[in-house]
Amino acid sequence: MTRATLDNGLRVVVSEDRSSPVVAVAVYYDVGFRSEPEGRTGFAHLFEHLMFQGSANLGKTEHFTQVQGNGGTLNGSTHLDYTNYYELMPSGALELALFLEADRMRSVALTQENLDNQVAVVQNEIRVNVMNRPYGGFPWILLPPVLYATFTNSHNGYGDFVDLESATLQDAQGFFDRYYAPGNAVLSVVGDVDPEEVLRLAAQHFGDIPARDVPARGDFAEPPPAGEVRHVHHDPLAPAPAVAVAWRVPDPADLEAYLPYVVLAEVLTDGDASRLQDRMLMKDRTATSIGGYLGIMGDPLDARDPTPFLIEVHHPAEVSADVVLATVDEELARLAADGLDDAELARTVARMRARYLREVDPVLGRAQAMAVCEQQRGRAELVNEVPGLLDAVTREQVQAAAATLRGDRAVLELRPGGAA
Amino acid sequence: MTAPATRAIPAPGAPRPQKLPTVAERVLDNGLRVLAVRRPGVPLVELRLRIPFAGKGAAHTARGQLLGDTLLSGTDRRSAERLAADLQGLGGSLSASVDADRLSIGGSALSASLGGLLDLLAEVLTSAAYPKDEVAGERDRLVQELAIYRSQPGVIAREALLSRLYGDHPYGRELPTADDVAAVKAGQLRSLHGKRVAPAGSVLVLVGDLSPARALGLVEGAMAGWTAAGSAVLTPPVPAVVPGPAVLVDRPGAVQTSIRLAGPAPVRTHPDHAALTLANLVLGGYFSSRWVANIREDKGYTYSPHSGVEHPPGGSRLTLATDVATDVTAPALVETLYELGRIATLPVTQAELDQARRYATGTLALSTASQAGLASTLSALTAAGLGLDWLREHPRAMAGVTVDAALEAAATYLAPERLVTVLVGDAAVVADPVARVLPLERG
Repeated sequence: MTRATLDNGLRVVVSEDRSSPVVAVAVYYDVGFRSEPEGRTGFAHLFEHLMFQGSANLGKTEHFTQVQGNGGTLNGSTHLDYTNYYELMPSGALELALFLEADRMRSVALTQENLDNQVAVVQNEIRVNVMNRPYGGFPWILLPPVLYATFTNSHNGYGDFVDLESATLQDAQGFFDRYYAPGNAVLSVVGDVDPEEVLRLAAQHFGDIPARDVPARGDFAEPPPAGEVRHVHHDPLAPAPAVAVAWRVPDPADLEAYLPYVVLAEVLTDGDASRLQDRMLMKDRTATSIGGYLGIMGDPLDARDPTPFLIEVHHPAEVSADVVLATVDEELARLAADGLDDAELARTVARMRARYLREVDPVLGRAQAMAVCEQQRGRAELVNEVPGLLDAVTREQVQAAAATLRGDRAVLELRPGGAA
Repeated sequence: MTAPATRAIPAPGAPRPQKLPTVAERVLDNGLRVLAVRRPGVPLVELRLRIPFAGKGAAHTARGQLLGDTLLSGTDRRSAERLAADLQGLGGSLSASVDADRLSIGGSALSASLGGLLDLLAEVLTSAAYPKDEVAGERDRLVQELAIYRSQPGVIAREALLSRLYGDHPYGRELPTADDVAAVKAGQLRSLHGKRVAPAGSVLVLVGDLSPARALGLVEGAMAGWTAAGSAVLTPPVPAVVPGPAVLVDRPGAVQTSIRLAGPAPVRTHPDHAALTLANLVLGGYFSSRWVANIREDKGYTYSPHSGVEHPPGGSRLTLATDVATDVTAPALVETLYELGRIATLPVTQAELDQARRYATGTLALSTASQAGLASTLSALTAAGLGLDWLREHPRAMAGVTVDAALEAAATYLAPERLVTVLVGDAAVVADPVARVLPLERG
């Protein structure tokens, strides 16, 4: 891995992989839902759309035509703690990809017409992914207001329609100026490239973007729920109930304290041999599907504190949410009391390691993992160390983690049909 | 401060030619065709097995679906839980699913565990037990899942579209009914497995950090006992599509209308295929297309319009799909029909054609740039009777497509009068305006 920091503060990480003639370029800005001000829910995501609407040397949609018209694919996405933009291209197009990212980092071009258009597009994105489908926003939009008390952590990152329609060009320019400073970003490049050449081209294209102040990161801290906080959501489109339960976990910055929870989630829910699947899907038949993961968006290694451990269960109407929760509690208590044996831990970690390797085999997956590790932990190298860190998690740590998941938690029940 | 100077967009260098990986191939004595490709990178192996599994009738659909769900629910030597735990221990996974054409088993494992993965796979293929209890549990679960699945507007639209396109052909009803699933017995699954989970006509693909010769040897050893005598049953060709009035499926209160248009498309080896690939891209096959520019980036009617060509073995099809805000359903249809009519009657520009060609050629190379991507691509091509050579032949064919050829393909396959249309939305709001645009019947 090769790295550099440009004079304007942009961090660059590069990894060479000659197995295919392709290159992945990813730019991560250190801003997400949690940095949105009140009255502007959904703004970080709306702004992500605006970054595709043109810049100093590129017209509306030209970013797309330049990438796709040269044989590449691209996208962007907005998360709690970052917004990313990426291209996967034939390696001959490395410089083009860097130029395109630099151009919009230097100066996004904002017009009222494009803003209005993208507000409408985002509203349709919310309709298709949330409003027009059963279980829309379950649990990623619906659970945070139960788990958290502050606006920062609890609000809907897709945004309220009124807030989206209230967004102005001034808001957008202000957001860009504040959060899209080169010093608030990481550029990650992986693929069929010479790392020194990448650093040279990065300096050439990004180097003259003026440095701007990097905003101090907001304080997202808040206490965990005291006792059980419970909410019932009525979903008129859903044919069957579901329940999600979430506990706060240690700050992911402390990997030694945090990773046992990541392993615990798999011990409970990964595959037919996992504790909850075996018990609820195969033996009790009290569930139709079970998921367990870290992070509201299932992003164990790319969310900052505070972040939850989450279990979601779809269950038949004949089974109450209380029965589901009691079973989860029983299995957690059993783990906390009796622990697990070496074989169970070893097979669980074996698959986690393999799955992680599978994620970082494609150059784009690796570029993304490197970028977020560099951004949140200052160490892109962590990508190579994750398998070893998972191996180092002990039975005792997993057992101790299970023992902490008790009554201080958020429960979201989803019931089919309208409110009574 | 002076205005920033205009900067020239750098031209990309010529693509580095991609060496096609070498495929080691063997047909075993039992008829199983095995392909192995070394693609180092991470120390994993990807596995794809396709077993032809076509059949007629609603009962077959229900049994096939449940067979896929219970194939891994234990063998005569291992319980479901033991099998899952042993797979996990290999850093591995296996999953199975059945559609109208085939039983697909996909998986991966740490490359050091390839032998173990193959042994477990062979055990499943030769002695899956379909225990009564597990089958009953999965059967109830499938009934619940079907209800959830069928509550999704995308699934409602797909079922209506496929039924409209294919009627009684197996493609016309991909999913079983809850009643048909509830009637399935464990013994029927064991019997179906015995008849149809056979090596003849099946293809196993392995890609990853492996030695092809050694991998073929491991497969030969592991699969020697898979001797089921069944013969492959292939999907019958789909009937001709009969265009007619649009079908509207009522979904009261829906905030969007799901719009789908579809029609037949040429198979990959057809002389029209390359030209249609490019015409479809210009129309709506990628973000930089006319349809996206029109109904998303200009009008804001929708989030993700897309048109694409699929190649199921019974017959290829072209599908346009978009979900639009309810109040702009008819205007969105107007623009959609306009774009279809335009591309079917007027030539695309040379620049549009060249851009689509570079996209199609470049992304074809991207699709094989990971172990998983290469395994899936090789498996799909092999099932279609093609080899990796196609990754070279298709770009060559596209290179020869002229503006006139693209127009001819568009006239043949994209003309709106040749497509069927299905809408899922709030009929009380959208039926009248839509009926002003095209003939409409209630679904």
